[in-house]
Amino acid sequence: MNGYPVYLLTRLGQFALVVFIGINIAFIVTHATPIDPVEQSIAAATQYGSTSPEAIALMRQSLKELYGLEGGPIDQYFAFWRRVAVGNFGPSLSAFPTPVSVLIGRALPWTVSLLVVSTLLTWVLGNLLGGLAGYYRQSRTLRLGGLLAMAFHPIPYYIVAFMLLIVFGYLWPVLPISGGYKMNMPRDWSWPFIASLLTHSILPILSLALVGLGGWFMGMRSLVSNIVTEDYVVYAELGGVERRRILASYVMRNALVPQVTGLAMSIGAIFNGAIITEQVFGYPGVGTLLVSAVYAGDYSLVLGITTVSIVAVSLAVLLIDLLHPLLDPRVRAR
Amino acid sequence: MGRTLRDLVRFNRQFASGVILLAVVAAFSCLSFFSPYPPNDSFVVPPDVPPSWAYPMGTTSRGQDLFWLLSFAIRNTLLFGITVAVISRVLALVIGLVAGYSGGLLDRALMSINDTFIVIPLFPILVLFYFVMREHMSWGLLALMMACLGWAYDARLIRSVAMSLRTREFTETGIFSGMSTRQILVEEHLPYVLPIVFSTTMNNINWSIGLEVTLSVLGFTDINTPTIGVLIYWANQHTALVAGIWWWIFFPVALVVITFIGLFLLAVSMNEHIDPRSRLGRTGP
Repeated sequence: MNGYPVYLLTRLGQFALVVFIGINIAFIVTHATPIDPVEQSIAAATQYGSTSPEAIALMRQSLKELYGLEGGPIDQYFAFWRRVAVGNFGPSLSAFPTPVSVLIGRALPWTVSLLVVSTLLTWVLGNLLGGLAGYYRQSRTLRLGGLLAMAFHPIPYYIVAFMLLIVFGYLWPVLPISGGYKMNMPRDWSWPFIASLLTHSILPILSLALVGLGGWFMGMRSLVSNIVTEDYVVYAELGGVERRRILASYVMRNALVPQVTGLAMSIGAIFNGAIITEQVFGYPGVGTLLVSAVYAGDYSLVLGITTVSIVAVSLAVLLIDLLHPLLDPRVRAR
Repeated sequence: MGRTLRDLVRFNRQFASGVILLAVVAAFSCLSFFSPYPPNDSFVVPPDVPPSWAYPMGTTSRGQDLFWLLSFAIRNTLLFGITVAVISRVLALVIGLVAGYSGGLLDRALMSINDTFIVIPLFPILVLFYFVMREHMSWGLLALMMACLGWAYDARLIRSVAMSLRTREFTETGIFSGMSTRQILVEEHLPYVLPIVFSTTMNNINWSIGLEVTLSVLGFTDINTPTIGVLIYWANQHTALVAGIWWWIFFPVALVVITFIGLFLLAVSMNEHIDPRSRLGRTGP
């Protein structure tokens, strides 16, 4: 049992490193560029009508305070970290004076639930079908299913979501294509509201699943088709162990370990996909918020969402990593 | 090399279809050199004409011949993907080979950084990058940024091969005959990892084109250089779908999907070719 604390510590260290490097990239991107966000915001604010120079100077001062751009680069660097640590990114400019953290907090549950449901669904289904396809290699249905899953796999999230939008929005309009629930509906958790929530989430989940399925399917199929040739599987077959039991606890169980690692490694990419899908379907999550913040020129909101995404994704990876020892006893025994 | 390619085309249906699909796309992009119109000129043809013999893919609401415009767009998109792939390949090769060969503390440090880059959500960072750059955003800058962010996954793959190569006898022979580390990596190990590099290149081009399309559709790139994403962006700006100008959306999407599937088939078949176990599974017992 000596291995688990060591494992825990290394994972926590990796988590800290991811957050550290991610926040540093965000800092460098925002500070090493020739463009000054303060001047940009002032230009946007003074676009219409004339503003007195004193007012502009005042605005410049308060914006600098707001964005944490006062003092030298080192002061700014620590100010940046302080904001991240307390989760305070100041008020949003486009929805003044609502704090950025409130806006993100409102959008986050949508993204998290979309991500969790679609990822679990895709991962479980992909692995199950892939495992079956690897074990029953002759099945025509499974081969056809694999071909379909693989056809969608290389297409980026945006294009798949866009194609679904065209099909279900224009050609065969049966599903709602925009928003998280029916407009103007009271959020009272009654049956009609929940039904509306569910129907609105079908297309976003479907587009995430269509892209994701192929990867898990192919990975699992090749893992399983390698494992079935191992001696212990042949031995179990000769010993008369039920085929279903061989597949479930001899083959799939072993193949799942690299797939869990794979899930931890692809969470970032899946998160990118969710953000983009939300934007296509106008789902009220972080992705839609991010894109509209860019259009509105809201510096603090864009920066806030980026930092929160980095921290949230690394947390998700940490969680999966912590579950890993449950599946792989070698981690505990090391 | 030539013989391997010939065998792959002859015996591997996936590889052959991938080659054909990409050849079509590449040929189409080469047509841009014969275009009668420069890419950014608008209102050179009547707007909103559906596909016909005169305009095989119709014309846009901005009065551009979609056929020729698309040839420019796919050329820029492919060039973008290849640029990102080449730069990030260099990074992935150097980091992967060095980490795998040296091992120890250097390996651990490099792989920690590597894992970080795999995990970090890139899309918000790229959006942030666009947000601070705005008008200064250019095609080349985006390519450079994406190359710096997109090497990690493949570096890990290359490292795992390099680790096993280190224990092979010819590496020791090399060391004892006085080859430098650089010589061993470049002359002895590089040839072994090249097939993997080829397959990851295809995946990386796919990845970068996908992100580029996504960013430009949202208008988060230089929207005056025609790429597939920029084309869809302008179609959306003119609400082409609502207006019934379906060809403006259909042809770019179809072409880019063909590109994705072609690249993906090449990557998958190459992977299979590298791993002899699955090659045996294909021919069957």
